[in-house]
Amino acid sequence: MVGIVVVSHSKKIAEGVAELCSQMAHDEQKIEAAGGTEDGRIGTDAIKIMEAIKKADNGEGVAIFVDMGSAIMSTELALDLLDEDIKKRVVIADAPIVEGSIAAVVQASTGSSLEEVIMVAKQSKNIVKI
Amino acid sequence: MITRDLLLDILKNIAAVIKDNRQFLTDLDAAIGDGDHGINMNKGFKAVEEKLDTVRDKDCGTILKTTAMTLISTVGGASGPLYGTAFLKAAMVVNGKMEIDNEDIVKMFDEGIQGIIMRGKAKRGEKTMLDALIPAYEELMNSLKDGSTIAEAFNKACKAAYDGVEYTKTIRATKGRASYLGDRSIGHQDPGATSSYLIIKTVADTLNR
Repeated sequence: MVGIVVVSHSKKIAEGVAELCSQMAHDEQKIEAAGGTEDGRIGTDAIKIMEAIKKADNGEGVAIFVDMGSAIMSTELALDLLDEDIKKRVVIADAPIVEGSIAAVVQASTGSSLEEVIMVAKQSKNIVKI
Repeated sequence: MITRDLLLDILKNIAAVIKDNRQFLTDLDAAIGDGDHGINMNKGFKAVEEKLDTVRDKDCGTILKTTAMTLISTVGGASGPLYGTAFLKAAMVVNGKMEIDNEDIVKMFDEGIQGIIMRGKAKRGEKTMLDALIPAYEELMNSLKDGSTIAEAFNKACKAAYDGVEYTKTIRATKGRASYLGDRSIGHQDPGATSSYLIIKTVADTLNR
């Protein structure tokens, strides 16, 4: 199953999104939160993100959802710090963090490929709410 | 030529200068960014200073790589991955070396800047640290070509970095949170360019001691 990593400046947002996703997921679905700094400040930490990617990966790839700004930069740096064999199956989704993660988790739980998970997550950009 | 011990001194002095300027950097950032640049940089370089004790007998590459990884894991804001990438790229130039020669210094500076460009997807003239770093790099390279000593070259680079910071007051931000302000960012100096200037100034001051 494709793993999911949620990256936010806020630890609570990352954990909250992961919690929400886990409600919709298969029991074996891996969802990792990487939010905030090690000492509890608002921010992002590429090392923490890299560890979350490793945990979320079971060989079928990882889709990452990020909030904004340095979350994207730190995630790209985390990818650069990974070994090539893992890096090649990790993708940062161009999608909203909440809607995208949920769409991805539902799709991943059906056993879809990384490409399919990312595609479905991307479509959540176009969700019309009212 | 920069010896390993001199490199350690430079890093220690950078930590002290960032600490002294943490409120200044934070105030600059509060005006146009999210108001944490000084706090974040101080967290990062304080952690670097503590970590340096564990690598003081290692080569320059290891020392700089440790600096990079510490900044990456402790800074928190955008300056973490940006300076982290710059130090990581610079570290690769002097992997295994106990001394850094002038050719290495130019290459490290260039690699560091290329790292920031790649990571930040930024270029000169966008009110970022690059507006201090690129003119400083050019001045350093030209001064060394003209026969300046490394200490003289860094003094000139420092002046160029200062002018670069002044230049950021005249332009609007198109990167980072300050870009939300559009034209209202004009008139404010960029906090990232300012911390880059402080780092170059510290290198210059340490070499001229």
